[in-house]
Parts: sequence; structure tokens; C-alpha cells
Amino acid sequence: MSGNPMLSIENLHAAIDGKPILRGVNLSVRAGEVHAIMGPNGSGKSTLANVVAGREQYEVRAGSVRYEGRDLLSMPPEERAKEGIFLAFQHPVEIPGVTNLSFLKAALNAVRKHRGLQELDVVEFRGMVLERIRLVEMDEELLLRAVNDGFSGGEKKRNEILQLAVLEPKLAILDETDSGLDIDALKVVAKGVNRLRSPERGIIVVTHYQRLLNYIVPDFVHVLSEGQIVRSGGRELALELEERGYGWVHAPDTANGGEARP
Amino acid sequence: MGNAADQVKGWVDQEYRWGFVTTVEADTIPKGLNEDVIRAISARKGEPEFLLERRLKAYRHWLIMIEPKWSTVCYSPIDFQGISYYSAPKSLKDRPGKLDEVDPEVLRTYERLGIPLLEQKRLAGVAVDAVFDSVSVATTYQKELANMGILFCSFSEAVRKYPHLVEKYLGTVVPYNDNFFASLNSAVFTDGSFCYVPPGVRCPVELSTYFRINAENTGQFERTLIIADAGSYVSYLEGCTAPRRDTNQLHAAVVELIALEDAEIRYATVQNWYPGDREGRGGIYNFVTKRGLCAGNRSRISWTQVETGSAITWKYPSVILKGDHSVGQFHGVALTTNFQQADTGTKMTHIGKNTRSTIVNKGIAGGRGQNTYRGLVKVLAGAENSRNFTQCDSLLLGDRCGAHTFPYIEVKNRTAQVEHEASTSKIGEDQLFYCQQRGLSREDAVSMIVNGFCREVIRNLPMEFAVEAQKLLEISLEGSVG
Repeated sequence: MSGNPMLSIENLHAAIDGKPILRGVNLSVRAGEVHAIMGPNGSGKSTLANVVAGREQYEVRAGSVRYEGRDLLSMPPEERAKEGIFLAFQHPVEIPGVTNLSFLKAALNAVRKHRGLQELDVVEFRGMVLERIRLVEMDEELLLRAVNDGFSGGEKKRNEILQLAVLEPKLAILDETDSGLDIDALKVVAKGVNRLRSPERGIIVVTHYQRLLNYIVPDFVHVLSEGQIVRSGGRELALELEERGYGWVHAPDTANGGEARP
Repeated sequence: MGNAADQVKGWVDQEYRWGFVTTVEADTIPKGLNEDVIRAISARKGEPEFLLERRLKAYRHWLIMIEPKWSTVCYSPIDFQGISYYSAPKSLKDRPGKLDEVDPEVLRTYERLGIPLLEQKRLAGVAVDAVFDSVSVATTYQKELANMGILFCSFSEAVRKYPHLVEKYLGTVVPYNDNFFASLNSAVFTDGSFCYVPPGVRCPVELSTYFRINAENTGQFERTLIIADAGSYVSYLEGCTAPRRDTNQLHAAVVELIALEDAEIRYATVQNWYPGDREGRGGIYNFVTKRGLCAGNRSRISWTQVETGSAITWKYPSVILKGDHSVGQFHGVALTTNFQQADTGTKMTHIGKNTRSTIVNKGIAGGRGQNTYRGLVKVLAGAENSRNFTQCDSLLLGDRCGAHTFPYIEVKNRTAQVEHEASTSKIGEDQLFYCQQRGLSREDAVSMIVNGFCREVIRNLPMEFAVEAQKLLEISLEGSVG
């Protein structure tokens, strides 16, 4: 795994409602790598995911984020999405009256158009979705229901992974995709994600628990605490965390937060 | 384009794409309203005595009426003497004869609006009656329909050809003294559409009227009358546009529907009158009375409306459920952006036994738009086992707009079941971000969410119209969030 990082975050500071959350995060992700971001509640994991995806409520106060050599922070969220950044939401949003299938089609065609590919017609699109839906073992009937409307927690998360499989992003960020999943659903979601691992794709898995990482085995594990990455390591770090708890790593390595590579 | 001003102008012109003016020589009666003007209109149309009498009766009644003030809409007083009550392209005189006699400018106008009238180009599956200012300029598919006994023509033509039908039914659902604007219409109406479907006939095409206001300082007062005789079926569409002008123009129409035993009428409107500009200048005042009478047992009337235009919309398409087992439906979408105001809804009056009504209304407000749903469900003492279900949802697109709901329910029969559900929601940043994160622009996201919100109503429209309505919502929504 070599070459320039796909994503490089330097000294990132971000706040919401005037309250600082990220206090100098450093992280680089190369194509083909799977990074896990772990940390206790309130440590800034979801904030990091949302800032990378471009949610406007977060105010970036310092630092830089570069994606494929470009300044990511100056791009609007839809531009980031079309350039290949995908966020699997912790709380997927309901859109009443818009069918899942038509939403997915609009999203895919927006992305394809941006990449200079032809938009798929209804038949091609259906074929593709029906193939990908098997990956997440999702009920086909959910495609004709309104986006996430009345979906169970597990169905919503599978639906996120289905979107991931259809949109084929370069960088996928899974924000607490494991929360609220029973073990069977967790395995299905993990299997789906593993099938999407590829040398061209970077994946960031944000999670509170080690459990998911038994199924999606990361190349790197980072521990976020009070808005800084305080420890980085291989997957054994996750196991150690499980054993010893987050209390063990609450202090940053250095005053500015450690470089996020082992 | 060379300079920024041109660019801005180009962009503004694009907002209302139907805002152009057609230059035609017009025969216009001078501004003002009195009995002479009414006599002049009646004379120009060569009307029988009964109609002139009716007009004068309505006018004399109107003089003692006062403008209704109970709605939420605010507007500067209308100068009824500052309006011209009749304007027709000169080449037509009064009689829309053959199409080749119609002013080519007028035909081009309809082409630009996407409504080709010439034989070889006419729309498949839709028979169109095109009304330009005060007169009907063309009706397509007339011969084919006549072979099935379906009478579809302009109102003026109906007065000449089928006066007995007009005399029998006109004013039976909306009487001349019904309300201020309906009385005005009854006095000065100029043209509109007429349709009669004979017993047992199922009309094979969509019947459609396309209304266009062109001349300045004129009002449009059309009158539509649709009669579905026993066991017949007809589906009817209505579309409307007007040029962009700084001044307000009045549109006060009356539509009457009559469904006899086992008959069904479906009436759909996509209303896109000029809504005024971003500062609220200009736009159509749309004061319309629409009412259907389910006269016979098991008859059905359904109203579907998508209201995106007009500076002010004041209309309540209603159904009187007189026949036993009759069914009334109302499905409405009203969108108000910029400074638009809408006070709209429906009335369902249950008279017959086992009558049923359904109301689904979706109000959307953006900019400084004010959107009011006003509905009345009335169950009379004899309406045993009648049922109503009402659902009113409002969607707010910003924080300077308003949504209001006034549901009135009057029940005089113990066996009636009346249900009302309502919700108000604001388009969420979460929803927008979710869509954006999937690659959709903010505007596409808004129109997708709004279309989803309106889906129940839109899918009630005939196919081609549903597509049009969706496009129209998209265009009307541009820049309305925030």
C-alpha cells in the first residue's frame, strides 16, 4: 500500500453550536486500506465522519482536509458525494413518498453523470439493484417502499449498505453502522462491506464497539478521545481496548495529538 | 450575453416560462361594468333572452353583495370599474369557425404553451378546448366525440346549439346569487367549456380546456358546465397560464359538474396562472367557484387540483352528495412561494344515505408564501351511515412562510363517521443533507422531497398531467428554500 493518501486530514478542529468537538485530528487513508475509528461517546467520531461528508452544521475552525489532492473543505456535500465520498448514516433519514428505488436511481445517475458515464435506464438499473440487494440480504419489497419510512433499525442499516454497493464510492465512511444491530444483522452488514473491499477503495469504520471489527477486520485502528486521535495501531489495539476499556487511553500521545499512523 | 444585467434579466424571465404576450388585434369592450356592458357582451354572443335575463339578475344581485372578507388572503381592493369585461382576438369575431380562420399568432401561442391545436399535430388522447381571453378559439376531436353522442364545445357554441341543455342545467349547482365572485361571473362570463356525455357512454379521451389570459386589464370570467348523464364517465383536465404583468388581473371562474345516476366525473386542474414576481408585484387574482352535484344514486365526482400559480388563490372545489351511495373526492396540492397566498380546500355536503367523501390536501409554503387549507364536512340529518376521511398535511420550506388549517365539521346524524388527520412539518436539514450526501443538489433534493410529499395527489392525475405537474412543482420551487 503506497502512493499518496486518498484522504489526508491535518490538525482538524471543528465545532458545533459553538462547542469545540474536534481538537486537532490527523489521519491519512490510502486506497485499499480499512481504518477503524473507535472511541467513547462524545469523543468526536461522528463529528469527524460528518465533517468529511460536508454537513453544514459543523464549523471547521482550523486544519485542512485533502481528498485526492484537492481541498475537500471547499466542496459542497453533493460534490464530495459525486467525487466518491459516501457516508453510511448512523441515523438514516426518512423521506416519505419517495420510493427507495427512485431515490437510489436519482443518486446513482447523479454520480454517473458526474463521472461522465451514461445514465442507466430503468431496466439496467433494476437489474443492477436486484443483483446488489442480495449482498445485503434485504427484502426486495423494501425497494418499493418510501426511503427508510417505517423501516426497522436493521433494515435501515442494510439499506445504507445497499446504497454503498450501488454507488460504488472511492471512500466509504460507516458511521456506527453496527449500533442497534443484532448479531445476525451485523454479520450480514459486515459481509456486505467485506465484499466491497478493494484495492481502489478506502473504508473508514466508525464504531464504539470492538464487536464489528471481528467481522470487518481493519488494517488500522485509531482511538479518538476528546477530539484527538490518542492512539493508533493494528487490529490488536481494538482487542486491547475491549479488554481494558477506554479509560486506558484517555490522554493524548502528544500535546497536539499523535500522528495517526503506527 | 454581454453584461450582467442581461444575464439577470434572462434568468428572471425564465422563472415564469409562460409569461410572454401575444400581439393580436383585439375586440375589447371598454373598461367598466354596468348593464349596458352586460347587454353588449350578450349581444356580441347572440344569446337567447333567458341568458341575458339571468345575467342582469345576477348583476343586480351582485350590486348589493359585499366582497367576502373571511379568508386569510390580503390584497388591495379590486377596482371592478377598471377592468375590461370582454376581449377577443378580432380575427375570430365571436365565432370560432374553422381552425384556418384563427389568427396564426393565437395558434402559435398555444404551440408555445405545448398545446397544438391543428389537426395534424393535436395531442393524442386529449380533446382540447382552447380559451383565449374571453373566447374559445378551437376545440379538437369534436367530430369523433360527436359520433358517440358526446357534446364537447365552447360554452358560446353550446348556447347556440344546445340552449335547452344550458337552460336546464346552468346555475343548478352554483346559483346566480351563490357568492360575490360567482354572481359577478354569472353576470359577465364570456366563454368556457361545455360538455354533455349521454347515458351509458364512457368518454374515451381526456377532455381538456386550456385557458390563456393575454390582454392587459381584462378579467377572465369563464363558465364551465359538465353533465354526465346516467351511467356515463368523463375525465376532464384544465390548464391555465397568463403573461407576466406588473398589474394584477382578475380571474373569476365558475365550474359546475352534474353527475346523474351511476355517472362519474373526474375533474383535474393544473393551475399555473402568473404568480407575480419575487417582490410580489403583479400576478393573477384567482377567485373561483367550483362545485359538483352528485345528483343520482351511486354517482361519483372527484376533484384533483395542483395549484402552483396566481398571486392569490381562493377556491374550494366542492361536492354535494345528494344521491344515495354517492362518492365525493378531493385531492389537492397548493404551493405558495415568494408572496403568493392561497386559501383553498373543499366542501363535502352529505345529503344522501351511505355517502362517502375523501379529502386529501397537501399545502406547501416557501418564501413568504401563506398557505391555508379551509374545508367543511357537513353531514345533514338524513345522511345515514355517511363517512368522511380527511387528511391535511402542510410542509414548510422556510421560516418566513406560513401554513394554516381550518377544518370545519358539522354533523347532524349520529350514524356518521368523520375522521380528520393533520400534520405540519418543516423540510429538514437532515433530509436535505442525506440527499446531498447521495449526490443530489439541494434544489433536486427539495423537489424530490416535495414530490414525495404530494405523491398521493399527483398519482391521482392522468399520466401526462402527472408528469407536467411534477415539472411545474420543480420549476415553481426554484430558490424557494431557506
